[in-house]
Amino acid sequence: MLHIYCPHCAETREEEEFRPKGEAHIARPVEPEATSDEDWGNYLFFRKNPRGLHHELWYHAAGCRKFFNVTRDTVSYQIHETYKVGQKPSVTADKGAAK
Amino acid sequence: MQHYSGFGLVKHALTYHENWQRAWRNPTPKKKYDIVIVGGGGHGLATAYYLAKEHGITNVAVVEKGWLGGGNTARNTTIVRSNYLWDEAAWLYEHAMKLWEGLSQDLNYNVMYSQRGVMNLGHTLQDMRDIHRRVNANRLNGIDGEVLDVKQIQEIVPIMDLSKNTRYPVMGASWQPRGGVARHDAVAWGFARGADALGVDMLQQTEVTGIRKNGNKVVGVETNRGFIAADTVGVVTAGNSGVLAKMAGFQLPIESHPLQALVSEPMKPILDTVVMSNKVHGYVSQSDKGDLVIGAGIDGYNGYGQRGSYATIEHTLQAIVEMFPIFSRVRMNRQWGGIVDTCPDACPIISATPVGGLFFNCGWGTGGFKATPGSGNVFAATLAAGKAHPLAAPFSIDRFISGKLIDEHGAAGVAH
Ligand SMILES: Cc1cc2nc3c(=O)[nH]c(=O)nc-3n(C[C@H](O)[C@H](O)[C@H](O)COP(=O)(O)OP(=O)(O)OC[C@H]3O[C@@H](n4cnc5c(N)ncnc54)[C@H](O)[C@@H]3O)c2cc1C
Ligand SMILES: [Zn+2]
Repeated sequence: MLHIYCPHCAETREEEEFRPKGEAHIARPVEPEATSDEDWGNYLFFRKNPRGLHHELWYHAAGCRKFFNVTRDTVSYQIHETYKVGQKPSVTADKGAAK
Repeated sequence: MQHYSGFGLVKHALTYHENWQRAWRNPTPKKKYDIVIVGGGGHGLATAYYLAKEHGITNVAVVEKGWLGGGNTARNTTIVRSNYLWDEAAWLYEHAMKLWEGLSQDLNYNVMYSQRGVMNLGHTLQDMRDIHRRVNANRLNGIDGEVLDVKQIQEIVPIMDLSKNTRYPVMGASWQPRGGVARHDAVAWGFARGADALGVDMLQQTEVTGIRKNGNKVVGVETNRGFIAADTVGVVTAGNSGVLAKMAGFQLPIESHPLQALVSEPMKPILDTVVMSNKVHGYVSQSDKGDLVIGAGIDGYNGYGQRGSYATIEHTLQAIVEMFPIFSRVRMNRQWGGIVDTCPDACPIISATPVGGLFFNCGWGTGGFKATPGSGNVFAATLAAGKAHPLAAPFSIDRFISGKLIDEHGAAGVAH
């Protein structure tokens, strides 16, 4: 069971209150009509799916019902940080996981 | 290859079964192969077998980082069926089903394919409409299927709770009598032994760490045992496909998720078919050893850890007990997870890639065991010809650009 800190509620709660929503920081093309099929396909379907650090979107479904981001290791499942939508992660693959 | 038979069993009993030939060799890698297959799961091994058998290409290596069949092949709940909704998927899975029906004979290896029937329950009006639609579509494709009412279900599975007192009363089911279960290890071992006998090298404990390219053309794979050259490389690595794609420099429309399963303590025979429910979200069969084999849906987060969360197991067992209150006090023996490669349309990718000579067969997600022989068969033809087998063509990666998806969420869903 993951224990997840919701940055909105400022509380650590059990995984069952949350829903994972996949890769974070995916920007919707600004002008969909002017976007090529390839870019639109990339936006909709293609994912980084890394083995290691992953920045992902979570939803506090049975809590405040707000979205936020999580930096989590997809092998150890360790959560390194959670942060609000619009903010940037402080733990990244090139910077290495803060110990 | 040493031929297996009843007579052979008796003969070897005389020497206390100490003189059986090894089922496959353990060769040192050659410098160059015509074709390298990455991933020694059922799909990779089947690919190698059909390459040698049907296309006469025997200078082939299967490169496996662990041991043969130790990935999802050894972790799945072995449900086999072909009742998919859309033509493209139905044809592919039915192609596999036909191969299953003769596989033990073909491989001279008992894969224990048991056609005990697969039942998919409906609990709502919409479920029943979907079941009617899918069974009709199946029959138009020449695939066996029937719609059962509650009375017919009760005759086949007397121990199921079919009363109106449940939270989601059962209203009916689809039924594919030719579906069933098979022995997963035997499938991997049978294909490995067959391919080895035709000259294919099984390279175990050989991990691919890079894909070497010349311009935009693959020239071989880097491994922990050195570089292995090949002009054609087929990647069949299930949950790790994204990692291999990254080595080759592109992304896939795939996410890797844990999928868990459990087996109970062994019991006397009590359930002689496979029962699945998308609605209450769980499925169960009983193995020949007597244990209940139980599974349900993926853990929602991305993961490579071959394990998931306990909450998922709890939901799975709630569903089983909802359908079968009689199982409420059965103890569970073991639980594990595999890493499944889920695709947005719940269909596989069997495809050329942006890199010349490099092909991927992945995205089977929660339901690829049933396709093992068919997947290997069409992928072998694809690698041999350098272009998609007609049954594989609709499963090209291009569909995620063109939008021509094959949406099997209804037929796949929890139902593996
Ligand atoms: C719990 C569970 C239940 C399931 N139930 C069903 C079911 O009932 N019915 C059904 O049809 N399907 C089911 N599935 C899905 C099914 O198991 C898979 O779709 C299928 O087995 C995939 O076979 P494969 O050969 O492609 O993959 P795998 O058997 O996973 O083989 C891939 C191989 O690639 C190797 N590999 C990975 N990276 C590298 C590398 N860098 N170098 C070398 N080798 C590498 C791995 O070690 C592995 O052996 C289930 C899966 C799970 C996890
Ligand atoms: Zn919250």
